[in-house]
Amino acid sequence: MNAIVFDKVWKEYGDHVVLEQINLEIETRSFVALVGPSGCGKTTFLRLLLGEERPTRGSILVEGVPLKAEPDADRGVVFQRYSVFPHLTVLGNVIIGREFEKAGALGRLFGRARKQAEDDARELLTAVGLAGQEAKYPAALSGGMQQRLALAQAIMRRPKVLLLDEPFGALDPGIRSDIHVLMRRIWNESSLTVVMVTHDLSEAFELGTRIIAFERPRNRPEELERYGVRLSADIPTPPPTAPALPKGATITKDIEIWPKKVAGSPGVLTRHGHSAPRS
Amino acid sequence: MRAINYRPDKTWRLALAFLPFALLILTYIIASDIRLTENPNDKLLPSFAKMGETIDAYAMKPDTRTGDHLLWADTSASLTRLIAGLAISTAIALVLGIVIGVLPVMSATLGPVVAVLSMVPPLALLPILFIVMGLGEASKITLIVVGTSLKLIRDIALRVEDIPREQLIKAQTLGASTPQIALRVVLPQILPRLIDSVRLEIGPAWLFLIAAEAIAADSGLGYRIFLVRRYLSMDVILPYVAWITLLAFLMDLSLRLLQRKSFPWFAEARAA
Repeated sequence: MNAIVFDKVWKEYGDHVVLEQINLEIETRSFVALVGPSGCGKTTFLRLLLGEERPTRGSILVEGVPLKAEPDADRGVVFQRYSVFPHLTVLGNVIIGREFEKAGALGRLFGRARKQAEDDARELLTAVGLAGQEAKYPAALSGGMQQRLALAQAIMRRPKVLLLDEPFGALDPGIRSDIHVLMRRIWNESSLTVVMVTHDLSEAFELGTRIIAFERPRNRPEELERYGVRLSADIPTPPPTAPALPKGATITKDIEIWPKKVAGSPGVLTRHGHSAPRS
Repeated sequence: MRAINYRPDKTWRLALAFLPFALLILTYIIASDIRLTENPNDKLLPSFAKMGETIDAYAMKPDTRTGDHLLWADTSASLTRLIAGLAISTAIALVLGIVIGVLPVMSATLGPVVAVLSMVPPLALLPILFIVMGLGEASKITLIVVGTSLKLIRDIALRVEDIPREQLIKAQTLGASTPQIALRVVLPQILPRLIDSVRLEIGPAWLFLIAAEAIAADSGLGYRIFLVRRYLSMDVILPYVAWITLLAFLMDLSLRLLQRKSFPWFAEARAA
């Protein structure tokens, strides 16, 4: 069964065509990375999938059922920013999904139900590497920790589909690779289909089982408005081989940049039009 | 060093803060002294000693006619009206502001009418309030409510709309219903901002209170000031004005402390 089906989906804003004739089937348990230049409609695609926007034409099915026209608990999301609630502690941020699910209009759990939710949340926080941070507010966490928290918060509600909108784009490279390891583990251990928008191709190839590129086939100024984005490439990445987690630092590849750059060499300057002495 | 880079340290800052106050008081003393040496019965700029005597009489000795200590009776009458008015106004604004900010239907229904009504000058309504509600407490409290609530409603609605869209989407993907979003996501984030809005409305609230008391009352700080004006009693008016200013300042300060104590996350999030 396909987790997500896009059937001839168009999205237009007035005369402006953003997405044009998108046909797409995403298998359950796949990890799809959406790549493409800025402003190409990746985010619009994700908003359609969230239910935040409706397609102008065509239909979207999630597990065979037409998508509800509003965001709902079967699709979790992590944004680049503002994903967690600043007024709740780390623990409160994870529990709140359970409280929305189990409690009434007040959205608060008490007694044993709350205790159970707290225990589950602590377990999840330990899994994402946030043990010991339960009482802090998000503002006191680093960017990488906030995104770990956002992941834990989304997973707590057990969505079928997890949508990621450039979730690691604002993180330092080192922190990003740590969180990639976590992301892959979450995807392996929970029954999730993941759709991730990214502008980082290496991230797409590292995490994704399938890469989908968005592109405008017609890009002349007078055509921009009338022709939308199509899927231009759809690449299944090879199945991840046995995870070869490095035990220590080794040099696996050593690439020399060509042409050679030498500090102070006059050739570098002349090429940029500086007045280097001609000899 | 450039002037923009010169930062005074803590002691200096304290001294600089006191400097303008000291200058104001000094100017007053000199001016008062000049007038009093010319005419010892001058009423316009009474000396501090004279003001002290008067206030001692108002605060410590019972009034011969009513038996009350006038300063305290006036203060309690005014503060009761002011706090009742601000409390009612805040409650209305919190409910309507969140409803307008969260529900597009209510925003479409109430947004324009609130925007238009907030342009009505409240003091122009005072005669109507006196006619409809009489000269008692109700009309004075209502004036404060009318004068402050509409601006507060608009302010709260705008601050609700300032909550990032991502948070409302996130709450929905966690399965939250509309009441749950209002109570668990919007309300707690609005409360500290509400305190900021109320702080800004303390000034207007005093304005409306004193205007109402000046026109029709039998007690209150504003009533007293306008009563003794007939006798040119600057020795009462000036201390009363200083007292009102101090009260307003203390209200502002206590709201700021309440915000800091009750919403520790707010300062952190604002700094980040």
